[in-house]
Amino acid sequence: MTEMDPRLIVALVAIVVAMLLGLARAMLGPTVFDRILAMNMFGTKTVLLIAVLGFTTGRPDFLDLALVYALINFIGAVAVLKFVRYGNLAHAEVELESREEDSG
Amino acid sequence: MTVVLEIFGWIGWACLAGGGFFLVVGGIGLYRLPDFYSRTHAGGVSDTLGAGLTLLGLVFHTLSEPAISDPSMIVVKLLLIMVFLFFTSPSSGYALVRAAFTQGHQPRLSGQEFEGRLLDGELVREQDL
Repeated sequence: MTEMDPRLIVALVAIVVAMLLGLARAMLGPTVFDRILAMNMFGTKTVLLIAVLGFTTGRPDFLDLALVYALINFIGAVAVLKFVRYGNLAHAEVELESREEDSG
Repeated sequence: MTVVLEIFGWIGWACLAGGGFFLVVGGIGLYRLPDFYSRTHAGGVSDTLGAGLTLLGLVFHTLSEPAISDPSMIVVKLLLIMVFLFFTSPSSGYALVRAAFTQGHQPRLSGQEFEGRLLDGELVREQDL
């Protein structure tokens, strides 16, 4: 176990505090979009937490996990948004119709 | 050479502290701001400045520590994470705001009464009341 760097501890504490605040917003709501926004931010912070934790424990290999998590987080956010909008994950033609309504 | 490493260490310290500051500020904003669209701003602050500065601080931390093996690969991975966040965070934020706006979620404007627009935890448009 390597000696803990105080710089990384400060970053870890800041990330965890911000995660807790985001979690509070996700529970309070009030709309579904607030929850998705909080979840998205929580995911970004999880990426940072994994990265900093890897340096803290002297194993920077954790960065691979952070990289994968950043990609999954984006896909998950877009999937949830599509589900909220259409109630379905596989209807491209509905999207086209609603776009024409928007522009018309 | 040791002077350069020390300077890198101080830059990393500044970046990590600034990133932590912006992360906490973004978290407080996400918790306290009154409206969904303004909360999007808080999320943007922590996603761009907070995450970017923290990862940049980790880059300088890696460069300043001679004990870390294979630093170039670590720096490349950190920069990759930064690039991914740089592209995905604004696009998911845009998709979120657009989804909210096309579903008729009205922004809260100044002078508007907030009471009566929340029913059972769901935001209701004025004409539906």
